[in-house]
Order: sequence, then structure tokens, then C-alpha cells
Amino acid sequence: MLSEEEVKHVAKLARITLTDAEVKKFSTQLSGVLDYMDILSEVDVSETEGTNQVTGLNNVMREDDVKASPASREQLLETSELPVDSKQVRVLPAIK
Amino acid sequence: MDNLNKLTISEAHSGLREKKFSSEELAKACLNEIKVKNGDLNAFVSVTEEEAIGAAGNFDKKLAAGEDLPYLAGIPVGVKDIFNTKGIKTTCCSPILKDFVPPYDATVVAKLKENGMVMVGKTNMDEFACGASTEHSCFGVTKNPCDLERVAGGSSGGSAAALAADMCLYSLGTDTGGSIRQPASFCGVYGMKVTYGRVSRSGVTAMASSWDTIGHFAKSPEDVASILEVIAGKDPMDSTTPDVAVPKYLDFVGKGVKGMKIGLPKEYFGEGVEKETEDKVKESVAKLEGMGAEIVEVSLPMTKYAVAVYYITMPAELSANLERFDGIRYGKKADGVDDLVDFYFKARGDGFGDEIKRRIMMGTYVLSAGYYDAYYKRAQKVRTLIIEDFNKVFEKVDVLIGPVSPFPAFKVGELVDNPLAMYTADALTIPASAAGLPSLACPSGKSSDGLPIGLQVIAPQFEEGRCINVAGALAS
Repeated sequence: MLSEEEVKHVAKLARITLTDAEVKKFSTQLSGVLDYMDILSEVDVSETEGTNQVTGLNNVMREDDVKASPASREQLLETSELPVDSKQVRVLPAIK
Repeated sequence: MDNLNKLTISEAHSGLREKKFSSEELAKACLNEIKVKNGDLNAFVSVTEEEAIGAAGNFDKKLAAGEDLPYLAGIPVGVKDIFNTKGIKTTCCSPILKDFVPPYDATVVAKLKENGMVMVGKTNMDEFACGASTEHSCFGVTKNPCDLERVAGGSSGGSAAALAADMCLYSLGTDTGGSIRQPASFCGVYGMKVTYGRVSRSGVTAMASSWDTIGHFAKSPEDVASILEVIAGKDPMDSTTPDVAVPKYLDFVGKGVKGMKIGLPKEYFGEGVEKETEDKVKESVAKLEGMGAEIVEVSLPMTKYAVAVYYITMPAELSANLERFDGIRYGKKADGVDDLVDFYFKARGDGFGDEIKRRIMMGTYVLSAGYYDAYYKRAQKVRTLIIEDFNKVFEKVDVLIGPVSPFPAFKVGELVDNPLAMYTADALTIPASAAGLPSLACPSGKSSDGLPIGLQVIAPQFEEGRCINVAGALAS
């Protein structure tokens, strides 16, 4: 069961604003989903290693040489809606 | 020639070279079909008419000059709106990316461009590929071409519907837990979910990084094969693409199934699967048996845990991947805020839709202190057991066959307020994803209501050829 307080806490960790209606709705819906997850407690995993990736690749290395990026700094800055200042985006006015 | 948009790739390939029609005529036939049908279907979220006519014209000029052109050149394609397309809006059907124009192409798009791609538009999807119905798209739901009251499936519903409605000759999608196979099955086309890492994910917005795969929709097994030959392979931009040779997939189409061992997992035909779906899949299996395949009943006992494993690990990975959407480097910025933290809260609160918020919350919760071991770590261990299940059965059989979805396309609105019911609809597609296995959705008849039913052919990793082999036999 996920209480409304817990929902608000998780939303804070995730940096998302939720309306009161969303908090209520998610508390019910997420509780339902989490209850369903309990099915995994029937499985004995005491002798099992976890899987992080499935094709067995390990430490993929490449030569340490500089290659051209598919996009330039200027092009990447253009994807922001924020004003560009000194080759960076300005999020908020400077602190006085 | 009429109905050019209804051709398969192989038919169009020959027709172009026999000068029966031009690539421009082919593109215009598709663009016209989009104009006629997209109002009802909502399969495309943007149409790139000018670019398509330009690329088709280029093809025609080169062909006339006697150039030897790639197999897929000049053929119209629809691309899921999650693939970066340089200079063309790529929204992931999310409010936060509604005006995002990427400065570079996804590797797959770049490869197709080198192969003379004619893209007619970007297709609809659930926001950030999260959903099984495209009802979570900020552009509204995609309707099923077979029945406008029903969904086309998801998350790649736009790509499936666009192809089924002959608005393009093939389309691209992504499959994390079933997002290509399920819409393919709902719309009655082929949908290829590849081995994890078979096709580069570079430039495709990440959902759950240990599950995501890139694939395609097509109208025939030949077409599935010819597209895969072009897009598969190692990519220096995606370190999870192993250096495994790309075979001539087209060679598998006519191989036949004599002596092939086909496993039917009993869990895929059990509780929750509609009788009619089971019957139609078994009719196809009987056809294969008649062609000399050996049918073996097998068991994958961990199947029932796959949905829970997926809906813990996927939101965990998703919540981490979507941290980058903060309204700063790309996406909708926040206005009228006092400090940086408020900026994040507002940009993300306004920018994400309902299902994304739900999944980010879920993922953040299962990764948070005190719950990580109980949920995430445990799920990763059960995932290992699902993989071991498959390893065991593949010692005995060459491929597995089961239904894609327990039921045909559901009605718009039927499951949207019940996330858990929507999640369990993925029960038969998630297990292959958990093990990174290739699985090809193939049409397998229709229900009494005329709705398409699909089966999936699952093979060991990097054995996409076997899936194509079986599909070829079924289509013959």
C-alpha cells in the first residue's frame, strides 16, 4: 500500500509536481500494481545471480581517439528553449 | 498503375527496376493514402511530403542514369516518432518534446538514408513508448484500420496501422516488452522484434535500456528479411551491439521447415488466452506440422512472473533514463519559477503525461532506499530464471510458437483507466524480451469479428533467420 504521503515523497525524489487529484489516483493505482508485484516473493532466488544485461558483453573498449560528434555544440544548444549566453544556456538570471 | 501503395517491398523493388512506375509515383500513392485515411486513423503525427518527393525524385534520376541502387532505395517508409530524424520534429508523442528538432539522425535512420530512404512521415506512439494502445500519445489514439472503434496496439501503434492501411510499404518501431509484436498482431502485419543489440539503439530515445530493441513492420517474410539485412549490425555508437555477423536473412525465407523442432510452451496456451486466439495459432502450427515440422509441447514455468519482473525493472530504468528531460537541454522550459529545483518540478510536472508520471513514480519507488533489494534486485534475479527457462527448452527445440497477445485488439478506452489490466496484456510478449530473444509476429488468421490474430516465432539469440524461416513457410 502506498499512502498519499509516500506518493508525495516519491514525486519529490523524482522532481515531478503532482496535483492533489494525481496524488490520490496514483496512491490507489500504484498500490494495486505493487500488490501484484508480491507474486515474486513466491520464487526462491537464494541461489540466483541477478541479470543486468543479456548478451554477455563485458567491458566494451575502443581506441581513445577523438571522433567528430554527430552534432556541433551550436546545434546542440539550439535544441534548448533557453537563451544562450557564453556558449551555455541560461536557466535563471544571475544571482546578484 | 493503381494501388502502388499496396505493394510489398519486393514487388516495388522489381516494379521500379522494370520501369513500371517511378519512386515519385510510389511516394505520391502513399502520401495520397495518408491524406485520405489519416484523419480517421491518426497513424502519422507528421507527414514529410516535401522530403519524400525530393528523395524519391533523387532515386528516379539515379536509376535513369543507370546507377546500381540499394535494395530498399526509393521505397516509402513510416518512422516511429522516437527515432531522431535530423531537422525533422521528433516528439516521442510527449508534451515535453512537442517542438524538439534533433540535430542528428539515429543510426538506423542514417543507414536507411544511405540506402535511399524515402520517409513519408513520423508515426504515432504511446508517450516515450510507454503503453500498449497509443492511448498515451499527446496527439491522441491511433485507430485500428480493421475496426475504427478499436486500438491499433502499442506502443508502436502508428507504425503498425500506417502499414496495415497501406500508407507506406514498411515502417520502423521499437519493442521493449512487446511494442512491435502486439500492434503487428492487432493490425495483421509482420512485426520483427530482434535480439537485444542486433540493431543499434543510438539516436532512439531510451526507455528501458536493458530491454529496448529496434525493429520493423512489413507485409511479407521477404520484406522482414530485406529490411533486417540493412539495419542489423554492430554500431560504434552503441556499445551494446555485439560484433555478430549479419547473415543473408533473405536466404531463410524459402528454406522450409522439414525436420525443424517447434516447441509450444503450454503456458502460452493456458488461462487468460482466448479460445479463438488459441485455435487460430494452432491452425498455423498444424500447417507447419503438415510441412514436416516436429511439434513438441514444452514448459516455461517462469512465464507467470515475467510481467512483474518487467513492471519493476522497466520503470526503474525508465525513471533513470527520463531524468535527462529537465526542460534545460531540450524540451519545454518552465516559466515563472524562482529557482532551479522549481524549474525541474515544473518542467517535468507539465511536460510528462499520466502514464509517464506513473512509471517514473514506480521506478523511483522501487529504486529508493529500503525497497531496492525487495523489488529491483529480486526482479533481476527472477529475470535470470526466465532466461534459464528458455535456455533449457532451446536444448530441445529450434523455435517456440505462441500467440502474441491473449486476445485481439481491444476497444479504445476499454483498459485505459486500469493500468494493471493493460500491463498484464503484455504477458506473452515480455518473456522473450526479458531474455533478449528475437521474436517475429506473423498474421495467423482472423477472429469471428474479423479482427487479426497473430502468432510469434521465438528463437535463440541472433537466430532471427529461424523466425524468418518459419514465417516464410507459413506464408507459402
